[in-house]
Amino acid sequence: MAAILFEEVSMQKGTKLALILGAIPFVTLVFALPLVNRVKPVILGFPFLLFWILCWVVATPLFLFVAYLLEKRFNKPDQGDKQ
Amino acid sequence: MNPALFIILAVIVLSSFLGVYAGRRMKMNLENWAVGGRRFGVILIWLLMAGEIYTTFTFLGASGWAYSRGAPTFYILIYGALAYTLSFFILPPIWKAGKAYGLHTQPDFFIKRYQSRWLGVLVAAIGIFSIIPYLQLQLTGLGLIVEEASNKAISSDWAIAISFVLSCAFVYTSGIKGVAWVSIVKDIMMIAAVGIVGIGVPLIYFGGFGKMFRTLIEQRPNFLAFPGGTTNMDVLWVMSTALLSGLGFYMWPHAFASAFSAKSAKTIKRNAVIMPLYQIPVLLVFMVGFTALLVIPGLKKGDMAFLALVNKTYPSWFMGFVGAAGAVTAMVPSAILVLFASTLLAKNIYQAGLNPRAKEERVMTLSRFMVLVIMVIALVFAIFFPNELVNLLILGYDGVSQFFPGVVLGLFWKRVTRVGVFSGIASGALIVSFLIISGRDPFLGMNAGFVALALNALLTVVVSLMSKPEKGGFE
Repeated sequence: MAAILFEEVSMQKGTKLALILGAIPFVTLVFALPLVNRVKPVILGFPFLLFWILCWVVATPLFLFVAYLLEKRFNKPDQGDKQ
Repeated sequence: MNPALFIILAVIVLSSFLGVYAGRRMKMNLENWAVGGRRFGVILIWLLMAGEIYTTFTFLGASGWAYSRGAPTFYILIYGALAYTLSFFILPPIWKAGKAYGLHTQPDFFIKRYQSRWLGVLVAAIGIFSIIPYLQLQLTGLGLIVEEASNKAISSDWAIAISFVLSCAFVYTSGIKGVAWVSIVKDIMMIAAVGIVGIGVPLIYFGGFGKMFRTLIEQRPNFLAFPGGTTNMDVLWVMSTALLSGLGFYMWPHAFASAFSAKSAKTIKRNAVIMPLYQIPVLLVFMVGFTALLVIPGLKKGDMAFLALVNKTYPSWFMGFVGAAGAVTAMVPSAILVLFASTLLAKNIYQAGLNPRAKEERVMTLSRFMVLVIMVIALVFAIFFPNELVNLLILGYDGVSQFFPGVVLGLFWKRVTRVGVFSGIASGALIVSFLIISGRDPFLGMNAGFVALALNALLTVVVSLMSKPEKGGFE
C-alpha cells in the first residue's frame, strides 16, 4: 500500500500526454496575455481580450476530457480505483 | 410581511432543514464529519466543490470589479480554469494519500508526509488565520444582500445572525454531508438568478450583450483591456494574480480536504473535467456589472452594482429570489469554513500540538464544540466590527497559497524534506505579510503573494537539497 503514491506518478505515457494538454491553459490564459491585451477586433459581440479568454476557458473541459481518455487508454489500470 | 422577505426567510429556513435532515441516522465520527465517510460520487463532490467556490464574492465582488475596474475582473475567469486543470493532476494523488492513511484535514497531510506534528500545527494555524476573514466576508456579504433585497425589512445584523446560526446548526448535526445537501438548493437558485439577470439585463437595456459591449467600448475605449479602470492592475498583475489564485485555490484547507470526501480518485478526475463549465455563470455576472456601469453609473460602492441593477429592473418578489439565492450562496461556504476551522482547531492544534494522546472521540466532541465557539466569535466580529477583518482577506488568500510547494513537491518529489518545507512556508508567509502590511502590493507590478510564492518554492528546493535526505511518510 505504502509505495503506491510514488510509483503511480512515475510518468506513464498517458500521464505525459495529459500533462501536455494540461499545460495549454497556462500558456494561452497566462503567458499569452501580453499579446492579446486589446479591445479590437470585436468578435461575435465580444471585445477581443474577453473573446480570447472565453475561448480557452470553454476549451479547458474539452482538453481535460481528452486527457482523461488518454490516461485511460495508455496508463495501466489504477490499483486504487476499482469502484 | 413583504413577499421578498417571505421568500428569503423561507429559503433560509427550508435549506437549513434539508442540511439537518442530511445527517439523520448518521453515527457522527471524524470520518463522517469531515470527509463524509469518503463516499461522495461525482454529483455530491461537484455540489460540494462548486458550493465552496462560488460564494458571495462571485455574486457581488465579480460584478463589482467589472463595474469599477473593468478588464482586471477577467482574472477570475482565468484562475478558475487554471485551478481545475491543476486539480485534475494533484487532487487524485491527494485523495489516494487520504484514503491510504486515513487523513481528514490538510495539516494531516503535512503531518503524515513530513512526519512532523509541528509542521501540521503551523499549517493549521495559517489555515485558521486565513479562514476567519474569509468567513467574515461571507457574513458581511450575506447581510448586505438580505438587507437590500428585503428592502430593509430585515436588518443586516439579524439576517447574519439568523442564517449563520442555522448554518452552524446543520454543520453541527450533519457535518460535511449537510453542506453538500444544502449546496443543491444553493446551486439551483444561484444559477437561475445569475442566468436570468445576466442574460436579461443586457437584453432589456441594449437589446443584447453585443450592443452593450459596443456602447461600453464607445464610452470607455480602454476599459475592457488591462489595466481597465485601474492604474496598477496591468497585464503583469493579471498574469501573476491569476497564477497565484489558480495554484492557491485548492490550498484552502476546506477546498483541499473536500477531495477526501470523494469515493474514488476517478470521481475527482471526472469532477475536474466538468468543473470549468461552472465558469459560464461568472461570465454572466460580468455582464451584469458592465450593464450596470452604463445604466446606473456613479455608484459609490461597486459591490452594490448587481443588487442595484436588479432592484431597478425587476419586480420586488424577484429581488426576494435574488436575496434568497445570495443568502444560501453565503451560507454554504460559511458552513464549510466553520466546519474546517473547528476541525483544524480540534484535530491539528489541540490533538497534534497540545495532547497527542487524545482519543478520536474526544477530538470529535471538541470539533463540534468548536463550531459553537467559532460561531460566537464570527458573529461578534460580523455584527460589531464588520470592517476590521475584511482587509485581512487578501493576506489569507496569499497565506494559504504558500502551502503549494509543500503539497506538490510532497506528492511528486522524494527528496523534499521537512526543514525545506518548513522554511519555505514560514518565509513565504512572512514575506507576503511584510509586503502587504507595508503597502507594497503590487510589488514590481506583480501580485505580492506571487512574489512570496516564487521565493518560497525556491527556498523549499534549495533547503531540501542542502538537508539530509529523509524517508517521507508516504513511502
